[in-house]
Formats: sequence, structure tokens, C-alpha cells
Amino acid sequence: MPRITVTVDGVGYEEEVEPRLLLVHLLRDTLGKTGTPIGCDTTNCGACTVLMDGKSVKSCSVLAVQADGSEITTVEGLSANGVWHPMQRAFHEEHALQCGFCTPGMIIAAIDLVRTDPDPDDATIREGLEGNLCRCTGYCNIVRAVRRGAQEMGVNTP
Amino acid sequence: MTEQLTREPATGEVGRARRRKEDARLITGRTQWTDNIHLPGMLHVAFLRSPMAHAKILRVDTSAARGLPGVVAVYSGEDFAAEQGSLPCAWPVSDDCVIPEHPPMAVSRVRYPGEAVACVVATDRYRAADALEAIEVDYEPLPAVLDMTGALTDAAPKVHESGNKAFTWKFAGGDIDAALQDAPVVVERTYVQQRLIPSAMEPRAVVATTDGDSFTLYSATQIPHILRVMAALTTGIPEHKLRVIAPDVGGGFGSKLQVTAEEILALLITRRLGRPVKWTESRSEGNLTVHHGRDQLQRITVAADRDGRLRGLKVDLLADMGAYLMLVTPGVPVLGAFMYNAIYKMDAYDFTCTGVFTTKMPTDAYRGAGRPEATFAIERIMDELAAELGLDPLDLRRRNWIAHEEFPYTTIAGLTYDSGNYEAATAKAMELFGYEELRAEQAARREAGDPVQLGIGVSTYTEMCGLAPSRVLGALAYSAGGWEHASVRMLPTGAVEVVTGTSPHGQGHVTSWSQIVADALGVPFEAVTVLHGDTAVSHKGMDTYGSRSLVVGGVAVLRACEKVKEKARRLAAHMLEAAAEDIEFDAGSFRVKGTSAAKSIQELAFAAFAAHNLPDGFEPRLDADATFDPENFSYPHGTHLCAVEVDTETGMSKIRSYVAVDDVGNVVNPLIVEGQVHGGLAQGIAQALYEEAVYDGEGNLLTTTMADYLLPTALDLPDFITDRTETPATTNPLGVKGVGEAGTIASTPAVVNAIVDALRPYGVTDVRMPCTPERVWRAIHGSSS
Repeated sequence: MPRITVTVDGVGYEEEVEPRLLLVHLLRDTLGKTGTPIGCDTTNCGACTVLMDGKSVKSCSVLAVQADGSEITTVEGLSANGVWHPMQRAFHEEHALQCGFCTPGMIIAAIDLVRTDPDPDDATIREGLEGNLCRCTGYCNIVRAVRRGAQEMGVNTP
Repeated sequence: MTEQLTREPATGEVGRARRRKEDARLITGRTQWTDNIHLPGMLHVAFLRSPMAHAKILRVDTSAARGLPGVVAVYSGEDFAAEQGSLPCAWPVSDDCVIPEHPPMAVSRVRYPGEAVACVVATDRYRAADALEAIEVDYEPLPAVLDMTGALTDAAPKVHESGNKAFTWKFAGGDIDAALQDAPVVVERTYVQQRLIPSAMEPRAVVATTDGDSFTLYSATQIPHILRVMAALTTGIPEHKLRVIAPDVGGGFGSKLQVTAEEILALLITRRLGRPVKWTESRSEGNLTVHHGRDQLQRITVAADRDGRLRGLKVDLLADMGAYLMLVTPGVPVLGAFMYNAIYKMDAYDFTCTGVFTTKMPTDAYRGAGRPEATFAIERIMDELAAELGLDPLDLRRRNWIAHEEFPYTTIAGLTYDSGNYEAATAKAMELFGYEELRAEQAARREAGDPVQLGIGVSTYTEMCGLAPSRVLGALAYSAGGWEHASVRMLPTGAVEVVTGTSPHGQGHVTSWSQIVADALGVPFEAVTVLHGDTAVSHKGMDTYGSRSLVVGGVAVLRACEKVKEKARRLAAHMLEAAAEDIEFDAGSFRVKGTSAAKSIQELAFAAFAAHNLPDGFEPRLDADATFDPENFSYPHGTHLCAVEVDTETGMSKIRSYVAVDDVGNVVNPLIVEGQVHGGLAQGIAQALYEEAVYDGEGNLLTTTMADYLLPTALDLPDFITDRTETPATTNPLGVKGVGEAGTIASTPAVVNAIVDALRPYGVTDVRMPCTPERVWRAIHGSSS
């Protein structure tokens, strides 16, 4: 079996994996990083979105072997020393989650969106999050949260 | 009776837009979804599912699969036949209701695509899936039964030996023949409620484990308490040996109000193997086998006088049950029966529903469960009647709705609406919407022959929720009650532990219940914890569905607080050497009237714990249980207005603005209420524009993935304008009404009414849902879809 090295939320791992193992199953089943959930099997829902070397990917459509040598950030790795990431705080403040199942992927996708557009307007946010489905909120509060998160990231992130 | 909303800031916790306690773990990934649970020695289950809609099972050969690496066991339906029982239906709505045997795993016949025929138990999920391919099944295909009308003909192939009719259920109020006879205006329509897939974001998952004596079932369920009773009855595991836990649950919308084959089979497998087992569904399995929603054919006739006054309403419904009756399958259209008359006064109402078996996934509760269907049909036909009479649709509604001074009002369907103010909600919605201005713009666009036409859709809805008075449920032949239970315990340090029988899966009960308790006991919001979703912790409950949690469960919490307070008052009187009636309670302090002598509730909690100085006969505890059975349903209402731009050249419909003014009585947390409305709107709009479960001519489900079944994305929905009026409910001490389903119930007809309104100059009187560009284009150009 192939051997891979991967850093997840700042911790290095060396694992032997089946070539067919999906990154999301490596995270959840092998490494116990269950903060990243799985909502579908066709790359539509985006619940499993993580950052791979700083860019968002749907971890159900990446093989673990493709992640060899890369750095993965999941929702579990966003807060530091108990302080939430501005985007996490914004989701809380704007009531942008209900059941919370889509939230890890939504927050990660939003952070990646702000990376490419630090001051997105509502239309840009809606377009940017098109690959992430939410069944609870109707998206209004998510759009507000991303706008707020982007503003706070601009202030608080160098 | 009715009050206008006052916008004064809340002085207590109730009414405040508290940010949710639930969020912290959800936004940091410290969640416990069922699929996250890993137990030592745990095995993984994968199911082999029927590729056919209807077939005899001739042979299932599992021998090749048994020898594969990592495979611990392989079972077919034959292996479970003696012990698997029949999946329960708790709502045999009528005396003629046929409840066919529903084996969790098919033994000799499959009746819908996706029905489980075998399973593999293996050391990991990949090996379990691999081994499925080594199982051989021989089927003898039987004809699929897909069309309800056809299914009821004598020549139709039978889904069950007894035939394809599940039941007939009737209701009559007033003299419908007299109302229809010589009515100046009669409008008749047939509406199609397409089949929907609820699509909670968390797929179902089950973990079952046993120590050889007792069993624990973790499940992504809305109903741990009901599931425990039903699973015990189905499997023969004694109820007291079965614990059911609903950990974090990622949405339900009714789809997790079920006792599923996989839950029962997981228990049977762990009983056989003595090891923990897990099953997690894939989304494509879920689209096939999570119960579906809606799927009704509605023939509706309305009779009116020339001035628009309603005389009578007749509804003839065919409801697709799918292949079996699941937990509340037949009850869904029956709940709808009480809502077709909606907010309107009329002389007579006649309702008939026939439940029909087909070779499709069973239907069951999906957000609104019967009331969205009813509301759609009446609100659509009110617009048709308005067009027939040349009246503004709101004007027609005004001529027929129950005036606010007429509450409480007993409707033609026999329900007593306790409170409401349709005038106020409508006035506010019209103002926010700019109704007159948009009507002027519509006229101008029509005049100019603009290829993009503007339509205005109206929906003045009410609904019955807060399920429900147990007596009424009994009268409707439902097998259980509708009460809810709560425990409130003062802990020695002054913190408060609340146990609720409701089972939240996104609704924020922990936050809202904390607000109720904080006010009732005068303790800090932060000092309250709420436990739920585990039958070993919450021993009594009726769970979460039907917009019941606040109006039944929240009231139970309040009642338990009142009992705690009375005990505390007695203890305070004893400690302060005063009479109990001389003790007054304010903001957590029990004070002797007219003095400064007082004990805080925290001091009393510790005093009860230490038990050094209690009144004679006073048990050393400051806690109480309460079980609340509501006296009536809850009747939220509101007015929704939707403006849609329809491109007559492409058939594309775009929502330009959407205003929802809802009246859900008093509000505990406006943030959570708004969130519920937003989410409800999204699902109702999705039925109008996007979603449909489609079976092909052979009975195969075509929409098995999220690429085929179109859930709305952020790009597909507008920014909603929401507001409220507050007419308190008079049937519970909080004055609250249910909110979970209101948005879904109201919005579907608002959107379709807007599309049809845009196209009325083109002779269009209906567009079948979902109103795709193709269907709209064909409606404009006179070719049916």
C-alpha cells in the first residue's frame, strides 16, 4: 500500500493507505478528524470541504494519495488557543447555522472565497458558495455572515 | 384577544435575540454525528438493494461474498425472516385501512427500487461495499405500478394481495350539495403535488451495540423516544433493555421521523454477532430509501357567490402511499384535510382521500406534512376564483377570511382557531412589499408587451401544528399521544439542569429552553443546561416534529419551573419563618413581603441539597417534572407576497422580492424564529421551482443524486424580507405558536400564484410544479408538459 505523509491541522501523519481511499475517509476514519462530515457521494453538497495547501477542495473527491505531502486545514484547525476564526465568529453572530452539518464546509469555502476576494458583495458570495448546500437556513444569514466575516478578516488578519 | 406587535426591547430573556449555545461545537467541528461514533470491535454494514421496482426474489446466493477478506457475515431476508417482524405504521387512519406486512429486509418480493435484499457485515466500509458485488440475486420482474389513477383500476397489477387501495377517509361539514347547487360561480381544478425528497444534509446513520443483555441504538433520528417503543415492539427486545440515543442530528424535516429498516436490522445484526455495528447511508441510497414527501393528486372545487363569498369547497384527493405504510404515512393527507378551508368562512366542506399503493418509496411526513398540500390547493384556487370574478386576489381573501374580532372561531372543518389577525399581517406585508406600486408596474409591463412579465403571488395561510392534544390524536386513530415532558432540577451550586423530551436537530432548543428557564426561575441564561436525545437521560418524551417542540415541550419546561418555584417558596417561607403566601418571588429572589428578608433560589438550592433545615415532610430536592398535554393545536398564520419576473421567451422565472409576515404569537428568540422562517421559505420555494423525485416508466428512480435532484443553492434564492405580527396564542401560558413549518406551507403557492399571475394575459391558468423554464415556456405556448 502507498505510504503518504500529510499534515492535518498542524499535526504530521505518516500513513499506509489503499490507493482508493478518499481523503475524507482518511480524515474521518483513519485520523479521527470527524469535524469534517460527508453529505453526499457526488461532490454536490460541499459539506466535506477542507483547505488543501490553502485552497478549498471537496475532500470526498480527492484521494488520500493525492494529498501526499500537502497541508490540510479542517474546521477543527481554524481556531487558535480557543479563539475562533473571524469567519466562525461571524457564523455564530449572524445565526448562519441551524443543524450545523453543512457548516464546516461552508466556513472553509467562505474563507477560501475571501482569500480570492477580500470584500465580496452579496452576489459574489452567493456565487462563491454555490457548491455548498444548506438545507436549514435559506442562505440569507450565511450571506450576511460571510460579509461580516470578510470584514473582520480584513481587520484582524494580516 | 389580538394585539399588535410592540417593538419594545425585551426586558427578560424571553424575546431576546440570544446567540445559540449550540453553535460553539458546530462551528469548531467538535460534533457527535452518528457516523462519528467509533466503538471497539465495531463492524460496518452495507446493504444490497433491489434494482427493480417490483419483482419476486427467486434466489439470493451469498456464498461467494462470505469468503471475502474482512467479511464477518452476510445475510439475506431469509436469514431474518423469523425475527425481523414488520416495520410499524402508527396511524391506521380508518377502519378499512390496509397495513401490509413490511419486512425490514425483503424475503420473497421487492416492491420499490432500493428495498434491502441482503447485507454484508465487514471490518470496514470499503470491504463491506466490495462484498456486495459478490452476492447474486435472481429476480422475476413484475410490472411496476406508478400511476395512482391507473393503480385503482381493476386491470392494474397489484402491489399487495389486497389490492392497491390503502384506505378511504372522508370528512363532511355542512351541506355540500346545497352549497354547490345553483352556485353562481364554480371553479374546479386538479393540482399535482409532486413527490419530494426531504434531503436533510446529514445522511441517516445507525450504530447498534449490545453487552449481551441490553442494547444501545444510536441513530440520526428525530424521535428517540418513539423509536425505542417501536423498536422494542418490532424486535422483541424488552423496552427496558433498549436505550436509544439521538446524538447530534443534522436536520430532519420529517425524514427522520421514522422507524427504518436499517435501524431494526442493525439491532438484529448486533444481537446475532454480539459486536457493535454501524451503517451510514450514501446520498444515493438516501434518495432511494429515505421516505419521500407529498405526491398527491388534488381535485378541488370551490363554489361562490358573484360577490366572491365562498359557499362550499369539495376536495377529492389521491395520496400516493408508495409500497408500504410507514410510521405516519396515511396520517399525512388526513392532517391536510383540516386545512383546505384555511382562513376562510364557508357554508360547507367535503373531503375524500384515497390512499394508493404504488411501487415507489413510501411517502411520509415532510416539512408541513399534509398542510402544505392543502394550503397550496386552496391558495391556488382562490387566485383562480379571483380571476374568474375579476377581483384582486387579496380583495377576495378579505371578503372571506375570519375577522380578527371573530376569534375564537370554529371552522367548517371543526377546528377552533384560538387567535389571529389576518388583517394586520396582510396590511404589513402589503406595505413592505409595495403592493400597489408592483401592481402598477405589472400593468405597465403588460401594456408595453414587455417580454419579461411581472407576477404577484399571494398566500394568506394558516396551519395547524403543535401536535397535539392527545384526545384529538386518539379520535383521529393515531396510536400515541401528543403530550411533552420536562424535568427541571436545581443543582447544589445553583446551576439548572433541564431535561426535555423534545429532540432538537437544528432548532436551537437548548438556547430557547434556557431563555424560558432563566426568566421563570430568575437564574442567568448561562447557568442553564439542557439535556435531550437519550432515552436513558430523558426517560419520557414525544420528540420533535409538527412544529410542536416549543408549544408543547417549551410549555412543559415552563410548567416544571413553576413547580420548582412553588417548592422553593415553601422552603424559603420555612427558612425565613414566614407564611408561604407572604413570600413574593422576583428575579430569582424569594422575599418576605414588605421586608428585606430574602433567600435567593441558589441559596435555596444548596439548602435543599444540604437538607439540614427543611420543613417537615419536605423531600430534599428542588426539582420537578411536568407533562403538558395541549388543549388545542397551534395556529400560526401570515401573509406572504412574492414578485416573480417571468421571461416569456425562455420560460425562466426569477423571484424579484419575497415578503413574509408571519404571526407565530409571542416569540422566545427572534433570531431563531427568523431562521426557521428563512429555511421554511427555501424549502417551499424549492417545491415550486426546482425539486421533483422522478421515476421512469419502469419504476426506476432517476433522481438518485444531488446532481439530479435539484436542491436550491445560494444563487437560486433571493434575500427574504421577513417581519411579524404578534397575536398571542390563548391556549398556552407562553402565548407561543409553532414556527417550524409555516414558511414551507405558505411559500409554495405564493410562488406559483406569482408565475400564473404573470402569465394570465397569455391564457395560462396553471403551471405544474416544479415550474421549470420548460414547463413555463410550454404553458405560454400552449403545449402541455
